[in-house]
Amino acid sequence: MGNRYTWRTSIVEILALLLGLVFLVPFYYVISNSLKPFAEILTNTSALPKVLMFDNYVNAFEKLNFLTVFKNSLIITIGSNIVLVIFCSMAAYMLVRTKKKISNIIFMTFVAAMIIPFQSLMIPLIKTAGNLGLLNSMWGLVFMYLGFGSGMTIFLYHGFIKGIPLELEEAAIIDGCTRFGVFWRIVFPLLKPITVTIVILNSLWIWNDFLLPSLVLQDPELRTIPLATFFFFGQYTKQWDLALAALVIGIIPLLIFFFTMQKHIIQGITSGSIK
Amino acid sequence: MNNESKLDTVKGAALTNQKSTKVSHSVSFLNKKKWKEAGLFTLFVGPVLLAFILIVLIPFFTGIYYAFTDWNGVTGSVKWVGLDNFKYLFTEDKQFQTSFILTTKYTVVAIILTNLIGFGLALLVAQKLKTKNVLRTVFFMPNLIGGLILGFIWQFIFVKGFASIGQLTGISVFELAWLGDAKTAFWGIVIVSVWQGAGYIMIIYIAALQNVPQELIEAARIDGANRFQVLRHITMPLVAPAVTICLFLTTASSFKVFDANLSLTNGGPFKSTEMLALNIYTEAFVNNRYGIGEAKALIFFIVVAAITVLQVTISKKKEVES
Repeated sequence: MGNRYTWRTSIVEILALLLGLVFLVPFYYVISNSLKPFAEILTNTSALPKVLMFDNYVNAFEKLNFLTVFKNSLIITIGSNIVLVIFCSMAAYMLVRTKKKISNIIFMTFVAAMIIPFQSLMIPLIKTAGNLGLLNSMWGLVFMYLGFGSGMTIFLYHGFIKGIPLELEEAAIIDGCTRFGVFWRIVFPLLKPITVTIVILNSLWIWNDFLLPSLVLQDPELRTIPLATFFFFGQYTKQWDLALAALVIGIIPLLIFFFTMQKHIIQGITSGSIK
Repeated sequence: MNNESKLDTVKGAALTNQKSTKVSHSVSFLNKKKWKEAGLFTLFVGPVLLAFILIVLIPFFTGIYYAFTDWNGVTGSVKWVGLDNFKYLFTEDKQFQTSFILTTKYTVVAIILTNLIGFGLALLVAQKLKTKNVLRTVFFMPNLIGGLILGFIWQFIFVKGFASIGQLTGISVFELAWLGDAKTAFWGIVIVSVWQGAGYIMIIYIAALQNVPQELIEAARIDGANRFQVLRHITMPLVAPAVTICLFLTTASSFKVFDANLSLTNGGPFKSTEMLALNIYTEAFVNNRYGIGEAKALIFFIVVAAITVLQVTISKKKEVES
């Protein structure tokens, strides 16, 4: 296979582009119809809009209460990421550096519990959460994400920390640094690549998660984007003009996140899946 | 060996050689150090362990207990009923049995299609195309969006988009009421999950394809192998580990499908597309039969755990072989 761009490659390229267009067709339908008045959606679904109309967006934006909903999603995702990174990196570090049986038992428990599907514990979870006062609170939800995300996050940190040589830490301890200081000043900065992977994987999961927040957050003021979209669709069934605009609004933050972090996301997914 | 525990043994050895007057002092020093270590360990591991125990372990184990009770979540009384819930599921609950079979069928179909298409896409964009970066982005993009929103997008495509394409082209496939019929609604969920999952699988296969040495392929080409032979005898064996990973990733995610099921069909028409995860959800939070819901959840867990254990065993075995 040479490096020349042959006629064969150009045929493959055209086929690939056609396939790419097929992949984009659903987006075309949703976006182009979200810009049409209701009647035009029904009569001219496949055509481009005759005039671009943004009324649907203004309407959906208000009815979704989008600013609040967006803020909730942001607080929950960022909050969960912060506690996951802080507490899981600390725990993974201690579990790697303490060569005792108990470390191994704790680590294996975290890893083994990754198998448990959410549906297998959601029913008692809601009861336990009620007793602990975690229901209907964003911080309660963040605490739950710390619990649910801990397995994978500790697993990824654990694997990475094992590859970090001890010498650096030993030198710092001789210089009079405490264990706490050693971790935060010396070890944690070294974890940056795996932290980026972890934050990306956890963000995509938490941002898009529907089932857990739907069970925890009952107050409409606390809804996240997937929750708000779900209730919006239920309320405005078959009112496609509003519904489609709401879908597009819900997707935009994800697209912005993707295009700013594209390289890291692809890397993160590759390294996250292979481990 | 950790240097701190080494330090301990050295100290311990020194201790035995010391005179008895100093012994008591050293013991208290050792104890203090041990306590300090235990304290540090708790400080570092404790917070996340606490969350994990409260949020994962306790609900999981109480859940197993509830599977053997008649708990309904409303009244306070929880009565032990032994294996009655399981007996009910396997003899009377036809919906559960249908869901189980449907989920298995769906998983098999989704695994095959997602992997075939994902691998095909990876082969495609691994070529020297001018637009390969754009194409990668396009194929991957559906994966960013959660299953719930994707299901809604496709609801519109199946209901309005397909009808319109059918009208314009006259192709009968598009003129069907896709979500109104059990068979096509099933395929609807498959299409959504393949559309979402293929790009993700593609990323993993691309990484695997990049690790295939170019020299090997060139050598085979010079020896007269055609493209298909290269794929079959060189590329495929070298990406086999990635295939294992992808197969199990798709198995686990397909078996647990919930969001797209809920938003695309909500189990309809007439519960004919209700997969296991949705069936458990409905049993617990719509019918309020927590005990039976938990029994289903326990069976669900056992199946998922079996798949995962199988995966780990197979990939470990492969690692030893290679």
